[in-house]
Amino acid sequence: MSKFEFPRSIKSRPVYGTLEARPGKHHLMIADAEGAEAIMAIATPELMANTHIIYIPRGTDYADKLRALNPAQFYEGPSYAASVTRIQRVLQDAHMGLQIYLTGTEGLMGQAQNEAMQAGYPFSAIQTEHRGSVARRMQCVHCKGITEDVEIDPFVCSHCGLNLFVRDHYSRRLAAYQGVCIDAEDPGNVPPSKGIYE
Amino acid sequence: MTIQFNDETFRDDYTFRNSDWAINRFPFPFHEDSYMYAVNMEQHRGGPEGSVYEKRFDVDEHYVAEMRDRAMVLADDPLRCQSLPHMTLAGWDLLELIMVSKSEDYPDLFELHREGDQWRWVNKPLGIDDSFTFMDETTLPYGPMEYITRQTQGDFCVLDQREDNLWMDAGIVTTQADWSLDFDIGMNFFEWHAPVPLAHEKGIFVRALKFLLNIQQGAPARRLNWTMTVNPLLDTSPENYHKWGVQKTTLTPENIGQKQHLRVELQTFFRLPRSNALVFPIRCYLCSFQDLMTKPKWGRRLHRVIRDLPEELATYKGFIDNRPMMLDYLSQFDDGLPTSPGVFPDVETEPPLQK
Ligand code: HEM
Repeated sequence: MSKFEFPRSIKSRPVYGTLEARPGKHHLMIADAEGAEAIMAIATPELMANTHIIYIPRGTDYADKLRALNPAQFYEGPSYAASVTRIQRVLQDAHMGLQIYLTGTEGLMGQAQNEAMQAGYPFSAIQTEHRGSVARRMQCVHCKGITEDVEIDPFVCSHCGLNLFVRDHYSRRLAAYQGVCIDAEDPGNVPPSKGIYE
Repeated sequence: MTIQFNDETFRDDYTFRNSDWAINRFPFPFHEDSYMYAVNMEQHRGGPEGSVYEKRFDVDEHYVAEMRDRAMVLADDPLRCQSLPHMTLAGWDLLELIMVSKSEDYPDLFELHREGDQWRWVNKPLGIDDSFTFMDETTLPYGPMEYITRQTQGDFCVLDQREDNLWMDAGIVTTQADWSLDFDIGMNFFEWHAPVPLAHEKGIFVRALKFLLNIQQGAPARRLNWTMTVNPLLDTSPENYHKWGVQKTTLTPENIGQKQHLRVELQTFFRLPRSNALVFPIRCYLCSFQDLMTKPKWGRRLHRVIRDLPEELATYKGFIDNRPMMLDYLSQFDDGLPTSPGVFPDVETEPPLQK
């Protein structure tokens, strides 16, 4: 699948790069869905011999291909939420020289990056590459509820039901963009939703 | 002078009023007939007697009512006050700075008695007389930052300084111009300023940060910022925007003079001694258009500034839709005469309106 070029944006919005195999004794790769392709693009037998992959397929069929790379450890999780305690555990006793690779959707990369930074890993030890869906993880500024995988703007908050527009303002701590009521000044006047980058 | 504290509200029936004293000392933010973002910072070393710049933490007639409003906001939404775990020391620094400053600057209103770490704080306007152990959180009803800022007008951001940047790691924010502490907490200087138009491109934030990183203890700085608010509503938060946003549509040519307020923030910057954090008090002053128009110079100038303000700024500040109505109103107070330089109203020397 081709990679999506995100338009230039404001300074709080994260930018993602392209994974490269870095020298190191230990490698942790966390990916969802099409993120598998970014891992396959850099996988070599030497790298995989020291790599732990945590993968969430989200309905795709890449898991077997990743398993076939023969990583030192492989875990397939049904969802990010189900995998997060395992991720925390792995980060906890990993060595400081650990190289971290995050790839797939913004929601996965943002949340996993947050875990890594809370575990004390410097920003510079964490690589990211966006692959797959351009959907966003959104926080409703009004009720504080998080809605995952938002593809359209405006959208309806899955918690409080307000009509929210999708801002580019992003919080790394929340791993979420901000959603703000779109019809506050003219209740009921909600424009038709479009794809976020349309 | 002794201050008469107003019994007034900043919500619902909006009984907030400025006395003549408060109008005369209103921090009008425009020193010339046009406005653009700039690195507008100066030392915070007092100012003309009676002005809002005179004291380190200005106390005015709205003090008691503003503190009541803050308590209501916090009761509805405790997330308006947050402090990351490493910021407690900075909270004590801030408590000390405010208690010392206020007791020295307003000895008839505030008293601080210290014997070693046994402190007694007397706040007469709010009827508080508390004894506690400095640096022992268990002896206060709230954390140190929350305790003292529930008794001090203005929002507060407490910034940790590391990696040549400032990090918004604590704050109490109930009178903000539409930004969320809960969302911005943990961000650095460039991240929390991300939504501001034009200023990044002009290099303003790079220069401003450099200035802030070098602020020394005992040498505070200040600047003004401004926006527009319909009704004297202190809590223009994004959290509650779905409730207050509709008030912007209630302006009419008949009520605009009374309802439309210029909202000015006196922002100050103090280095804190033990934590090396920077504290950023953001003090909000509101003044209705009709009260501003009692100063001929301010009437002339406000019209010109609002008329010529770049569209990006009027949009960002949230009054682009109401600008035409504002200009219809303000143009009545602009006779085309020149204005004197500086922010003060110069009522003795500026001519009355010639139309
Ligand atoms: C460290 C202290 C400071 C803090 C905590 C702070 C915080 C903020 C916040 C939260 C916003 C709102 C951004 C949004 O839309 O979400 C803002 C706006 C802004 N800040 Fe700062 N700021 C600080 C210092 C400065 C300094 C020194 C300057 C100097 C140039 C500055 C210039 C601005 C400008 C121009 C805006 C846009 C305001 C408007 O048009 O209404 N800030 N600031």
